[in-house]
This record gives sequence, C-alpha cells and structure tokens, in this order.
Amino acid sequence: MVTSITSFGRSGLYDWMVQRITAVILAAYTVFIVGYIVCTPDLGYEQWSTLFSYFGVRIFSLAALLSIAAHAWIGLWAILTDYLTTRMMGAKATFLRVIAQMVLGVVTATYVLWGIEILWGF
Amino acid sequence: MNKNRPVNLDISTIKLPITAYISILHRVSGVILYAVAGILLYMLDASLESAASFAELKESINTPLPQIIIWGSLAALAYHMVAGIRHLIMDCGIGETLEGGQNGAKIAFVVAAILIVLAGVWVW
Ligand code: HEM
Repeated sequence: MVTSITSFGRSGLYDWMVQRITAVILAAYTVFIVGYIVCTPDLGYEQWSTLFSYFGVRIFSLAALLSIAAHAWIGLWAILTDYLTTRMMGAKATFLRVIAQMVLGVVTATYVLWGIEILWGF
Repeated sequence: MNKNRPVNLDISTIKLPITAYISILHRVSGVILYAVAGILLYMLDASLESAASFAELKESINTPLPQIIIWGSLAALAYHMVAGIRHLIMDCGIGETLEGGQNGAKIAFVVAAILIVLAGVWVW
C-alpha cells in the first residue's frame, strides 16, 4: 500500500470523515453568524463585542477556525494531487506540490494563530 | 506501451453533464473561500478591536469594491454550502442514481441562486 505523508490523517477514510465533520461544524457556524448579523439590523460595537466575549461563542469560533484549517487542508490536498501530477507537470510535479503545500501550511497556521489572537485579544 | 494510442482528454470537446458543473464549481468555491477567509479575519479583527475601528469598518465597507467582495464571499459560501449539503445527503445514500444526482444538482443550483440573490439584496 502506498501511504501518503502529506494528507491530513494519513488515511483516505480518516480524511473523508474529518472533512464531513468539519463541514457540519462550518455550516452550523455560518448559519449562526450570518443569522445573527441579518437578524440584528442596527448592530453596534457594544452588542457585537459582547457576543464575542461569551466563552461559548469564542469556543464555537475557535472550533470553526480549526475546522477551516482541517477542512481546507484536506480539500486543497485533493486539488493539488489532482493537478500537480507528473502527467500534467512533468518530473518536477512532486517538488511543486510540496512547495505549494508548504505555502498553504504557513497561510493556514497564520489564519489559526491570528484568529486566536483576535478572539482572546480584544 | 504504444505511445501513440489515441487519448481524448481535451475537456473542451466533451459535453459536460450538469453534475460535472456542480462538482467543479464546488471546487472553485472552496478555493475562493480559503482565500477570502483572510479578508473575513481582517474584518473580524477590525470589528472587535475598538468602537472606533468598528465604526470605521462599518463606514468603509459601504463602498462598491468592499460590497462586491463581501457579496462574492457570501455567494461562494452559499454555493459551497448548498452543494456541500447535497454531497453529504448523497453520502447518506440518498439520490445516488443518475437521475437522482441530476435532480439534486438542479435543486442545489436553484437554492444556491436564490441565496446568492438574497445576499446581494442584503448587501445593497
Ligand atoms: C468556510 C470555509 C470552507 C472552505 C475554505 C472550504 C474549502 C473546501 C475545499 C477546498 C474543498 C475541496 C473541493 C474538492 O476537492 O473539489 C472542500 C470540499 C468539501 N466541502 Fe468545503 N469549505 C468550506 C466550508 C464548507 C461548508 C460550510 C460545507 C457544508 C456543508 C462544506 C462541505 C464540503 C464537502 C462535503 C466537501 C467534500 C467534497 C468531496 O469530497 O469531494 N464546506 N471544501
């Protein structure tokens, strides 16, 4: 069996499951935040910052943030392994893909750390 | 192996079924979402920083370019979510036939289109 070291959980079945669980968390969070904003017409700073001061909302936001990281990692890995292939890119495909994944790793880590700083730093 | 055997992988010569469009757009919208997540984080940061930066953000997003970006982000999110939910429903074994897949794709396109229009109405 060929095992991949750049996928998320090192097994396709595990990645598949993580992608589905994170999808549900993200959908729930989207409905929550978009619903809140749409249902609060004259949203001011007071109300908005109070919402994000609740521990539950911070944890939910953190869960959404971590979900984006895992979900996007798995999703983008699937895309990169579809297009950055030796058939499409020639011999340097693997090199290109690893570079691309390193860049995505840095961006994703930045999102997560920045998000934590926003949520706990105001 | 015979290197000259005929292959046709020129996708522009193949007529794609509706399910192929729903699939590739799900992929495109996923990539867009990953990119705009940075913009959304930036807005969250500015909105929570202080009352002054909240007011400033509220003012500055009321101009055409930010409005288009916000609407585009909401559109990608709406489409990706609807197509994603269709995906999850099919994972549960519902609508997995050829006909079911085509009907589900039609429903997803219609629901996503409605949500995208509503998002535009809300932004403007
Ligand atoms: C908000 C941030 C999100 C980002 C950045 C994101 C990104 C992505 C990406 C890049 C893919 C890979 C697409 C492909 O392989 O063709 C993907 C797949 C998927 N997304 Fe999302 N997504 C997000 C939210 C959601 C939400 C809210 C749902 C809700 C149902 C969802 C459901 C799915 C599903 C089910 C798949 C798997 C598709 C497959 O196995 O082919 N995603 N996502």
